[in-house]
Amino acid sequence: MSKAFIAATRFGLGARPGDLEKIGDKPEKWLLDQLAGPSRAFDEIGRLPHSSSVFVEVQRVRRERRDAKKAGDDIVKNYGKLVRRHYIDQSNVRYRAAAASDTPFHERLVHFWSNHFAVSADKQPIPAIAGLYENEAIRPNVCGNFADLLIAVEQHPAMILYLDNQRSIGPLSKLGKRANQRRSDQEFGLNENLAREILELHTLGVDGGYAQTDVTTFAKIITGWSIGGASDRGRFADGVPGKFEFREAIHEPGSQEVLGRTYGQSGVDQGEAVLRDLAMHPATARFISTKLARHFVADEPAESVVDVLQASYLKSGGDLTAVYTALVHAAEPWHNNFAKYKTPHDFVLSTLRAFDHTPESPRFIVGALDLMGQTPFRPGSPAGWPDTAEQWGGADALYKRIEWANTVARVVGSRINPVELGDTILGNAFNPESRKAVSRAESVQQGMTLLLASPDFQRR
Amino acid sequence: MASRRDILRSIMVASAACVAPGLTVAATSSSKRFVLVVLRGAVDGLALAAPYADSNYEAVRGELAIDKPGNPDGLLQLDGFFGLNPSLQNVHRYFQSGDAAIVHAVASPYRERSHFDGQDMLENGATRVGGKRDGWLNRAMAPMRSTLGNEAAVALAQNTPLVLRGENSVTSWAPSKLPDADDATLARLQQLYADDAFFATRLEQALRSQEIAGNMGSTGTRGNEAKQFIDLMASAAKFLTTSDGPNIAVVELGGWDTHANQGASSGALANRFSSLDTGLGELKDGLGERWHDTAVAVVTEFGRTVRVNGTRGTDHGTGTAAVLLGGAVNGGRVIADWPGLSQADLFAGRDLLPTSDVRSVFKGLLVDHLELAPAFVEREVFPGSQAARTMQNLIKS
Repeated sequence: MSKAFIAATRFGLGARPGDLEKIGDKPEKWLLDQLAGPSRAFDEIGRLPHSSSVFVEVQRVRRERRDAKKAGDDIVKNYGKLVRRHYIDQSNVRYRAAAASDTPFHERLVHFWSNHFAVSADKQPIPAIAGLYENEAIRPNVCGNFADLLIAVEQHPAMILYLDNQRSIGPLSKLGKRANQRRSDQEFGLNENLAREILELHTLGVDGGYAQTDVTTFAKIITGWSIGGASDRGRFADGVPGKFEFREAIHEPGSQEVLGRTYGQSGVDQGEAVLRDLAMHPATARFISTKLARHFVADEPAESVVDVLQASYLKSGGDLTAVYTALVHAAEPWHNNFAKYKTPHDFVLSTLRAFDHTPESPRFIVGALDLMGQTPFRPGSPAGWPDTAEQWGGADALYKRIEWANTVARVVGSRINPVELGDTILGNAFNPESRKAVSRAESVQQGMTLLLASPDFQRR
Repeated sequence: MASRRDILRSIMVASAACVAPGLTVAATSSSKRFVLVVLRGAVDGLALAAPYADSNYEAVRGELAIDKPGNPDGLLQLDGFFGLNPSLQNVHRYFQSGDAAIVHAVASPYRERSHFDGQDMLENGATRVGGKRDGWLNRAMAPMRSTLGNEAAVALAQNTPLVLRGENSVTSWAPSKLPDADDATLARLQQLYADDAFFATRLEQALRSQEIAGNMGSTGTRGNEAKQFIDLMASAAKFLTTSDGPNIAVVELGGWDTHANQGASSGALANRFSSLDTGLGELKDGLGERWHDTAVAVVTEFGRTVRVNGTRGTDHGTGTAAVLLGGAVNGGRVIADWPGLSQADLFAGRDLLPTSDVRSVFKGLLVDHLELAPAFVEREVFPGSQAARTMQNLIKS
């Protein structure tokens, strides 16, 4: 297989007709150029509303729903419709942008980090803002410093709401003390969900050497990391609705110790200082490097490539472009094999790109991904989607891919010759046996199903 | 009329591209059925079955405490000490008729608080996270001759959960709303996959499941996860009542990670219990007479904090409760060496102290229900679990 094919497929989101020629014999340059500037984002991304305005809208309808619960079903339905409309709009733009992207490596990195810092649309109001979170917190930072990405994520309302931090109250904060006087039998207020997942999933990794006491003190440090308008009235109502709001009244005062280091800062600086230290922790460098290598090299990547990424991460102080550059210059991602089984997301996107098709309506895409087990923005847990064949390789999941390939082939009809398409997008990675099977198909439609379901197209 | 699979098999044989040896071997002759329901996200065991007669119960649970049995929206009476969550109406009926038991203060050997590691250990059956790459239920299938095309187990999911992954052939199935690919195309795909074991195996398994699913006239169902779960439980019953079908089914349900606004006798968690309960009812109805040969284990990765947190929910904990049900289960009792809820009784000062090991429960079911040799279970299925003694008398004698 050619390096152009690997660049387009393993690093990118799948070749469009003409891509392999365009990449030619300069695959490294093609990849690194995509990291140079700001993300060349699809225009429609800029036209999406800001998450804070969607938050305000959703809260308003939710309030109406509550106030009118007895009035009838219309308002209840309106809430569901509103959330659904935002979810569909954002999914649409995401998949249109990726299908049309001239910088698919950059786009894959956006999706990678969005999955690393996963929020999930199975909790309200996340479906209404998950796509906006990706564009506001992740997209601008994927080629910058990891610490900035980390802080942008942990202060985004979507993450704060998803992991329940908006009302986590320091027991010794002004409000916490008052609450504890009323209910003396209980330690009141702390929710450690966000703190735990930052340590376990976002930075150090579960074996990164932290203890329960670190989770608890870190949770205290980020008490007060909330959002404006977190409630309709009362103590959580103030601030700019739907934007990050530091609430001094619930913030645990005083100095705290995390991983043996003392943090004496006050206010929001204390939590940011912990995040900056976590970003530069060797365990974080290892964890991030391993995940990148698993994504771009193999399910069980060689230690050698993880070492290279980790070294460049630490040497550059967490500069992600330096890490990606080291990845592009490493030998392992260019090995002449199909090391990765595509996720449903990869499969659907690479299909759209193979047809050079930017879908008008995403319902087909959302429905297909749902059926194949990877509903957009809905991994079901803060761990995000898995990234190994073992976890995507269910028998039923393969059958769904075949059914979908067959459906796509029907839609495409006889307009495209599947053998020519295979040659165009797979190049010499098109296995001669697969090519023979496609060319001997009894119909163009059947040939297209075979091409899309072939191991050559199902792997990257 | 020949089934789709028969047609495909004849095409395959004719094309000499057979990738599926042993198609005619029955998976197992046993009439016993086993269903594992994995509840992902850590179920609050004290909300599932509440120790209402524990003198500390109301104080530690605060607003999450549910009223005693006999009160409106109160607990459902179990044994005078424990009461069942009022949303678990079906389970309560089975309990009363001796077909359901609760195991309380139970946990896997995992003592940290990560969902993902907790689920890893619940499913891998090893003594540490990542200690085994395959699942304990898959290892338990070794004597069952689970072969390609005659799998002894089915995962009601697109992808197979860890507990069923491993050397022994298993299949998976979930409903679809896409049109089927036609048989001729599938036969060509089988040929195309013949040299690639990863694809060949999975397609063969999928076709077998399609055949069973086709016989049950299933159409695609969508909707929220809870509704899907109810449908999947009905489908599980169909798989388990198909002749030469699987004996073992695994179904999953998420949504238990109640960090905020958990609710007590009503609310988010109660609604989840209600979906679970409806699904269990569907399973029993679908199994018909097979219910008498069935044991179901409903388990989760760990419990939740005993006390309510600052956001009217509970955080990750340790000890929790499991439910066993089915006509084969020696039920009508709560199995618990109750550790108590006073501050000094709690694990790490915050969680229900586990006094039994979920592996003991699994071992008891494997030995007494699926009739596996105790030595095999100790050595191959749950190595290093000697301290977790096989629980006796879980099955009716």
